[in-house]
Amino acid sequence: MLKTLLTATTALALCAGAAAAEIKVGMITTLSGGGAGLGIDVRDGFMLAMEQSGRDDIEVVIEDDQRKPDIAVQLADEMIQSERVDVLTGIIWSNLAMAVIPSAVNQGVIYLSPNAGPSALAGAGCHENYFNVAWQNDNLHEAAGAYANSAGYTNSFVLAPNYPAGQDALSGYKRFFEGELAGELYTQLGQTDYAAEIAQIRASGADSVFFFLPGGMGISFLKQYADSGVDIPVIGPAFSFDQGILQAVGDAALGVVNTSQWSKDLDNPANNAFVESFQAEYGRLPSLYASQGFDTANLLLSALESADPSDADAFRAALRAADFESTRGDFEFGPNNHPIQDIYAREVIQEGDVYTNKVLEVALEDHADAYASECNM
Amino acid sequence: MSFILVAEQILNGLQFGVMLFLMAAGLTLIFGVMGLINLAHGSLYMVGAFAAAAVAGATGSFLLGLVAALTAAAVAGAIIEVAVIRRLYKADHLDQVLATFALILIFSEGTRWAFGSFPLFLDIPDWLSGPVSLPGGIQYPLYRLALIGAGLAVAAGLWLLIERTRIGIQIRAGENDREMIAALGVDISRLYTLVFALGAALAGLAGALVGAIQSVQVGMGEPVLILAFVVIVIGGIGSIKGAFVGALLVGLTDTLGGIFLPELLKLVTDPSTASTVGASVASMAIYILMSIVLILRPTGLFGSTA
Repeated sequence: MLKTLLTATTALALCAGAAAAEIKVGMITTLSGGGAGLGIDVRDGFMLAMEQSGRDDIEVVIEDDQRKPDIAVQLADEMIQSERVDVLTGIIWSNLAMAVIPSAVNQGVIYLSPNAGPSALAGAGCHENYFNVAWQNDNLHEAAGAYANSAGYTNSFVLAPNYPAGQDALSGYKRFFEGELAGELYTQLGQTDYAAEIAQIRASGADSVFFFLPGGMGISFLKQYADSGVDIPVIGPAFSFDQGILQAVGDAALGVVNTSQWSKDLDNPANNAFVESFQAEYGRLPSLYASQGFDTANLLLSALESADPSDADAFRAALRAADFESTRGDFEFGPNNHPIQDIYAREVIQEGDVYTNKVLEVALEDHADAYASECNM
Repeated sequence: MSFILVAEQILNGLQFGVMLFLMAAGLTLIFGVMGLINLAHGSLYMVGAFAAAAVAGATGSFLLGLVAALTAAAVAGAIIEVAVIRRLYKADHLDQVLATFALILIFSEGTRWAFGSFPLFLDIPDWLSGPVSLPGGIQYPLYRLALIGAGLAVAAGLWLLIERTRIGIQIRAGENDREMIAALGVDISRLYTLVFALGAALAGLAGALVGAIQSVQVGMGEPVLILAFVVIVIGGIGSIKGAFVGALLVGLTDTLGGIFLPELLKLVTDPSTASTVGASVASMAIYILMSIVLILRPTGLFGSTA
């Protein structure tokens, strides 16, 4: 509650100082409803970096999209036309990103994505004003496929929700996994009971299970899977194992391998400082979403050091240079303004009372996405 | 497609069905007795799950968590009945939908304010965790068997309450003729509060029981609410027996459809298309079932024709 008040006060203070602000950033993210945990982490990570920069000439306008595409579009119009923001950021979900980004970047606004990376915007639909600071959607799943090969699995059972990001997930995994598929299942989006799928996994004879079930879906699946007595090893992207939901899964997640471009224990100065200051500021461990928000803000700050948004070409070049200390270590942009970065395999461990992740190995080194070649900028 | 897989899926369907029944029973009672469409029923399910998670987390006892879920949901139900719902009985259904939708928003944001945006932890107690071996070599989670048992016990208890007790007689009378039982000296507003709290307690119990194997988070009740509405439409609005049969039908159709439709399609098309198309058709299966029931019996399976 106190934190909410503080945030509100900060926002108000920023609004009051609007006359002094020279650069305006619009953040549209999910702060209420089922997916609020992700948006709150992105916002907190972003604002932490802003605060640490000590710059008072940047105004951040934060609005809640409620995870609804129509509201996100409305907010974006408002921010571009009446607030006249220079930079937009914040969107978590790919369907919202698809609704907002193409028209925003065509109106000359710079968009920095702290999370969603739909393939349509990485390939033919890429744009010089659109920068993704997280990953292209397929990346973590591709790394899971690569890890499955190196772990010696030859027969995987794969499942994901039946929607575009779910289909991308399975094609990403299959792009790198060299073994056979013991089964392939699409579940309903928002499904909470996986007994039927687990029965099929039990009967399939697979040697590994790959699943992409973000948020609450993953919690349900993991708890039910652990209780079913099926002991086939599980692999997944970090979205079901982030700091926010691990505590709700509990023991059922212990030992599960998941892939991520970031982890709390990555040993580099930027990350150590980030984890420590995030915990001091908000009293909880950061998630990968928080690290993405933090990196997005630092990328923006680094570009503002050398160029002004009013000079669009110079500002874009400054962003493309990605001259900032990323919490993930090495970070650079590929030709389609999507990251080229290492993706790690992590294992879920318990530290005292807290469940968290530990890096096992690099699953894919300096990994770029599969769509970069289709992009003509 | 082995016998074991089919048997396991039938158990899964039954388990899903009896949990839906706990939700649908309260919904259909409230509609039957008070003529009220209560969209906030899913919020009471959420209240139960959060109360169970909070108390089980603080005390370490799952059973105390269940007691807390029943109490919290019943109390929340009684409070909203007295404070809000009571004013809506004479209003038309659109007003009821609007007001109870507002309650959903209030409950969701209130819960987020009290517990935060991140899901809570509620786990199966040790003495119910792990799989058991059933005759025929089936491995099945003990907790899900316990859910089937608990659901059937509640169904039996509800039947006894309605068919064999004085309160039950008043409830049935209330369904048939409100003015007449009021004229006979039954305190109708107390009866309404009681029925509402009973329905709420059942929803809260379902939330706590299911919360242990799913995630306890804001908004968890709404998807279940939609299915519960399908159940009561199939079973006949106001009928507890209909809710029971409808819940099992929906549970079995949803579970078995999700498995066998993609398998059937694999016989005529390639596996990847079959699983995509099969999954889409399977998610429609219960609505197709509902349409067929409504075509054949427009008032539902056990609905009164009046």
